[in-house]
Amino acid sequence: MRAREVFRFALRGLRANKLRSGLTTLGILIGVGAVILLIAVGQGSGAAVQARISSLGSNLLTVTRQAGGFGRAAATRTGTQSKVSNLTVADAQLLAASDQDPDVSVVAPVASTSATATFEGATTTINQIVGTYPAYLPISNDTVAAGSSFTDEDVNRHRKVVVIGQTVVTNLFGTIDPIGRTIQLGGVPYTVVGTLAAKGGGNTFNDPDNVALAPLTTVQDSLTGFGSLSEIAVQARDANSANAAQAEVTSLMLEAHHVTAASEDFSVTNEATLLSTAASTTQTFTVLLAAVAAISLLVGGIGVTNIMLVTVTERTREIGIRKALGAPRGAILGQFLIEAVLLSVVGGALGVVAGVAGSRFTVDGIKPVLVPSSILLAFGVSAVIGLVFGSLPANRAAKLHPIEALRHE
Amino acid sequence: MTEYQSADGPVTGYAPPRPSAVWISALRKVYGEGDAAVHALRGVDLDIPHGDYVAVMGASGSGKSTLMNIVGCLDVPSSGEYRLDGIAIADLDERQLSLVRNRKIGFVFQSFNLLARTTAFENVELPLVYGAVRGPQRRRRALAALHLVGLGDRVDHHPNQLSGGQQQRVAIARALVTAPSLVLADEPTGNLDTQSSSEVMSLFDRLNAAGRTIVLITHEEDIAAHAKRAVRLVDGLIVQDVRFAPVDGLPPRLATAGAGRPAAPSLALGPGA
Repeated sequence: MRAREVFRFALRGLRANKLRSGLTTLGILIGVGAVILLIAVGQGSGAAVQARISSLGSNLLTVTRQAGGFGRAAATRTGTQSKVSNLTVADAQLLAASDQDPDVSVVAPVASTSATATFEGATTTINQIVGTYPAYLPISNDTVAAGSSFTDEDVNRHRKVVVIGQTVVTNLFGTIDPIGRTIQLGGVPYTVVGTLAAKGGGNTFNDPDNVALAPLTTVQDSLTGFGSLSEIAVQARDANSANAAQAEVTSLMLEAHHVTAASEDFSVTNEATLLSTAASTTQTFTVLLAAVAAISLLVGGIGVTNIMLVTVTERTREIGIRKALGAPRGAILGQFLIEAVLLSVVGGALGVVAGVAGSRFTVDGIKPVLVPSSILLAFGVSAVIGLVFGSLPANRAAKLHPIEALRHE
Repeated sequence: MTEYQSADGPVTGYAPPRPSAVWISALRKVYGEGDAAVHALRGVDLDIPHGDYVAVMGASGSGKSTLMNIVGCLDVPSSGEYRLDGIAIADLDERQLSLVRNRKIGFVFQSFNLLARTTAFENVELPLVYGAVRGPQRRRRALAALHLVGLGDRVDHHPNQLSGGQQQRVAIARALVTAPSLVLADEPTGNLDTQSSSEVMSLFDRLNAAGRTIVLITHEEDIAAHAKRAVRLVDGLIVQDVRFAPVDGLPPRLATAGAGRPAAPSLALGPGA
């Protein structure tokens, strides 16, 4: 008896029932393919979050107004204290000028809104019209692709100039060069002085390129009014000092607004913290997807056991003949074990192909990222499944008594 | 492992005495226990020397199938002793038993028991595969066995492309290919028409004439008449043991068919008896 011959017998056994073998293989294929693809999707969404971290700048802090109507602090406030303070340009100037926040490098006040923009009959809705200072650009990781940014001079003189994102360029101008053209923002004419480099990585509802930057003063004049700022964008010196900067900004703001931590009327959000939370959420998401896929692989494995049990019962007589001709137990065991392993390994290999092919497509806005170790793992598990789930039927075959096996009809 | 258990009769020349192909003493087989116990064999003694051609006869339930299974090493007796070619079978473990089945015994079944979807050649080759006979030698021996049974031109046919007689001849080729000490045929003509039966029986006759030891299980008198010796079982006991022809002579049908040994010399196959 040689391993090669036993392998040949196993192959013949599988070929004798092609449809059945094919369907069993399909079960493993789907399991392995699902593991690879779903882990890739999970990884892809994680990568998308990472990309957003770097496009936003991981050292970005945002100071926003704490609305008075909710939160533990708000509920305990009474009388005049319930008034919600505005975020003002003065707050921003304080943060910029103070020497008590050494970890803060740049500060920019932001008043943002959305409005309809038109140019010669073309109309688009810009999700984010940001009125700010030129310092905002480095904070938000924006760079000017063509033309120039607006200047401090533009802010001081309330000039109606605007820098637009690539989505706005496409929607309003198509192939026309937008620099120097005048667009209507909420009915007010603005001159386009520059365009921003595309950031990408977003989707229809959250497109980082559907943006327009204009001087704070102008936006307040014509679009938002002179109420509170939407936020104050703060850049920490680097990613590592973001937490220190957050503490410093908080303490300065408490002082400026004459409030205590308990009655805070603002909040400081650390963008990096938010995104690392998001990253851990996608991690959980990935694990969940992998678990579902692993279950389908397990079900595929049970399919192998099932079909091999049927095969052994069906071929009892063949097993009896082989034993009468002097096949040792090992040869019978080997033959059926190889059949099971072949089913699952072929299914595993095809599953790898399917998973890799499937991950080339964008799934729900997420570009899947293949994890090489997941391919190895899924394929390895499929081979082990063949061994483990095939051993029960193979053992049953090997233990058959030759006389009873020969009598079997 | 080989033991020489029998030296009765005059020893000629310098050759050591060869043990009997089958030597059975006080063989019993009981199925079940207590009141429900069925005594299939109640103490069988049988000595079959090499070159013998024995028909084991009996009605169904007489124990002949049980005897055949034990002789074929497919079953173990409840008590008693069985030596195949001098080997005490009771001492063997499962691995050695499969080796004995492979090397020492060639089975021919009533229902042929060829593997479906497998060519005649591959069926015949199977015992050699399990006997670890390699490449060219395996091919040569399998082809020789097929030529021997007159199926040299049906090598690549599948069982469903062959007639019953041809299938049984493939099965005989498969039984012969390892040159076993004993060919064990269980009702080999039970599923065959008269024409195919006589073809198969004359093949057995010629194999025996060439020196092969054959044990034939049958309930038909005219099939048993081909053998040199008939053993009749009733209720698990041998009640009759008749010899028609001497062990070292020709089987009766060939002897009466005329002088000489027609086709016999061409039946020599491989090593062994």
